Amino acid sequence: MSKVKKKIKTIKIDADKCNGCRACEVICASFHAAPKYSSNNPARARIRLIRDPIKDIFLPVYAGEYVAAECAGRDKYVIKGKEYSECDFCRASCPSRDVFKEPDSGLPLKCDMCEDDPSLKEPWCVQWCLADALTYEEREEEVEEEVKLGDMELGLKALVDKYGWQKLADSMARLSQKG
Amino acid sequence: MRYAETGYNLEIDLSRGNIERVETDPGLAERFLGGLGTNAKILWERVSPEVDPYSEDNLLIFGAGLLTGTPAPGANRTIVSSFSPQTKLMAYSMMGGFFAPELKHAGYDKVIIRGRSPEMVYLWINNDKVELRDARHLLGKGTLETAELIRQELREPNAQVAAIGLAGENRVYYASIEQGRSSASRLGMGGVMGDKRLKAIAVRGTKDVNIARPAEFMEQCNEILKYVKFREKHPLGMVPPILAGLGSPQEMRIHDEEWHTTNFTWGNARLRRKDFWTKEVEQSWKETQEKARERFLSCYNCPLSCGASVAYPGVPKYMMKCYSKLTYTMAAMSDLDFGYKINYNAQTYGVDGFTTPQVIAFALELYEAGILTDRDLPGMPAGSEERFFWLLEKIVRREGIGDVLANGTYWAAKEIGRGADEYAHNNIKKHEQLPLKLGMLNPIYFLMYSTGEKINITQIEGQFPQAPFPKREEREEFVKDWVQVPEEKFKQYFLDWEPRGENSIPYYPSVEATCEIVDWMEKMHHIDDSTGMCAGLSSFPLKPAYHLHNYPSLISAATGIDFDEAKLKQAAKRNRTLIRAINVRRGLRRVDERPPEDHWKHRFPELETKLLDAYYHFKGWDNQGVPTRECLRELGLDDVGEDLEQRGITGNEQSEKED
Repeated sequence: MSKVKKKIKTIKIDADKCNGCRACEVICASFHAAPKYSSNNPARARIRLIRDPIKDIFLPVYAGEYVAAECAGRDKYVIKGKEYSECDFCRASCPSRDVFKEPDSGLPLKCDMCEDDPSLKEPWCVQWCLADALTYEEREEEVEEEVKLGDMELGLKALVDKYGWQKLADSMARLSQKG
Repeated sequence: MRYAETGYNLEIDLSRGNIERVETDPGLAERFLGGLGTNAKILWERVSPEVDPYSEDNLLIFGAGLLTGTPAPGANRTIVSSFSPQTKLMAYSMMGGFFAPELKHAGYDKVIIRGRSPEMVYLWINNDKVELRDARHLLGKGTLETAELIRQELREPNAQVAAIGLAGENRVYYASIEQGRSSASRLGMGGVMGDKRLKAIAVRGTKDVNIARPAEFMEQCNEILKYVKFREKHPLGMVPPILAGLGSPQEMRIHDEEWHTTNFTWGNARLRRKDFWTKEVEQSWKETQEKARERFLSCYNCPLSCGASVAYPGVPKYMMKCYSKLTYTMAAMSDLDFGYKINYNAQTYGVDGFTTPQVIAFALELYEAGILTDRDLPGMPAGSEERFFWLLEKIVRREGIGDVLANGTYWAAKEIGRGADEYAHNNIKKHEQLPLKLGMLNPIYFLMYSTGEKINITQIEGQFPQAPFPKREEREEFVKDWVQVPEEKFKQYFLDWEPRGENSIPYYPSVEATCEIVDWMEKMHHIDDSTGMCAGLSSFPLKPAYHLHNYPSLISAATGIDFDEAKLKQAAKRNRTLIRAINVRRGLRRVDERPPEDHWKHRFPELETKLLDAYYHFKGWDNQGVPTRECLRELGLDDVGEDLEQRGITGNEQSEKED
């Protein structure tokens, strides 16, 4: 594969500024509803706020890759006296927990930086974070060219992992026959 | 499909342990919006006026607002409604936080609780799975600890929990329901919950809340946020810092407390300390404040951080907002440091931050006066702060004198006798008020204090400045971008309002203008309380983000029900009138509608009569404050009118004037 220059979209998360309002979850879930904004449900958001005010833990985490198996990570981090589980920082949609999955279908969710036409100047979560905990940044990087999987492909891949190729293919065939 | 609302209520019968999911009438939102409005409708229909607040037949309703759970910024309120053990009238106490949105996502607009459980239980709502669970192991636990223990035993860190503490368990008349940093505090809803033997409600929901016209709705939400940002950059000049921004008064952010400490009274709502705020106090309070505050906190989907987590040295961590840091401090004639300490205990036990310090200050004043003696207060320590801690313990356990004081100053004074009622001097309708004692009667405030059904001034005031600005140029500046006014004439009322001379209080604003101003302020609160919008973005601050002109289209886009200004105002009026009818049926009359006698030094009985007459007439009520048949008919509440008539309560414009 060849190297290409690519604009990398990033979000800087200043967890110290987070006030715990979860507006990021709200606007994310609404934007990604179909049709757009037609419903709200933070359980569908591609950003999650790990929030424990008494322990002063406020950690916005974005949904990343879907993984078929859970990892071995069971460690704990203590940062300035606050204890985090290793999982808290993880972006994966993985079998060991129910975050970053559609609550009804269980299909994986992934942050897409609010891809839209016309494209937005900043992802919605950044625009709705008036506490400035989330800041949008762009930088250029040389990266390997890759084919990105879309929502549908990611979903299908998760189904393959769960049921196997054969069952999925059978189901697709049955469905298509029923029209 | 239902939009904005879920269309389902949960009916919980604690006596029988029965749980039902009931579909609601889709026509109700158009007439009563939701939240407070539909809560009131249920209370009117299902709780007859003779029902004692502490009885199986009383209902306790946790209602989410119509817009709660939609992306409308700040729409996160839970409206808890029932009948108050203290006033015996309808009570509605509201809390922000995260409870009501979670309830909506679980698929319910309300939880309606009746009966009384044989043993202490808690309710666990997890989407479609709803169960009552044993809570005997949680007896005596603090409110925050209860929530944490429940989350742990359910293995659901995202469950939102509303819980009572020891005060609620012991049916203290001013016990609160606590939920994180928010609480439903006023009028004893925690006592009703305790009487029902319900320790907590935990809820987790992962369902959609639908929006009828998505693009239109979201555009308006973005406008609201834009305005919030603008106001952050441009605080209002001309008013004290505490009133310059949006949100609840920014008690956790601002340390300049000159306005509260010199204008509000100390002790048992007696002493005004006009020279309290010295450089020294300012420095020391600033240090205390910075030491206490760990992080600013917001409620669900709200950009304003009105609360904070408190990590005060020597005190377990808790969360707070607003004014309770001062209520205890000032009642105990003490220091801010004390406020931060005792608030932890108060929240753990779950008591109202307005009433509790006043009850304690009242008891101590009775002691000074020799009405309560060492025999009533055996073992009470010496210092004021120690006495506050000591009496709080007695009250929440209903031990000794605490059993009497747990009913609030009005009922305690009755029971104590020996002239104690002179000391319960700061009540309206048996309910303790903000400790404020002023000179000249303000006609606007006179009407709000007298007639407010919430019986709490902060839940009716807002919109119109509390006092005139000294200079005309300032007033002209203020009205320039005052888009929130219902009509242009309100600007004129304010422009012509002078601190002194002919156009000053008590005779200005005129009786007619006063009625209109009060009605506007109250209307905004009723809309908020039904939509679940926080007053901090709408009905409470000056020049708020939500107002009569942008609300109708926002509600229309969310619900798909077309509202214009007239229809929205009519719905607010319907709700307001219905609550009045509920209370009238329970005996509320004109004689109950007056501020504390000593609220103002200079009173004007003739003017006050005129104001009340005019306001009742303006509202469509007779001179006893009873809604007239005609007014009820016009609001589509003819059945209410009929019920009142059958009971011999007639709202008749022509009825005899009171002597």
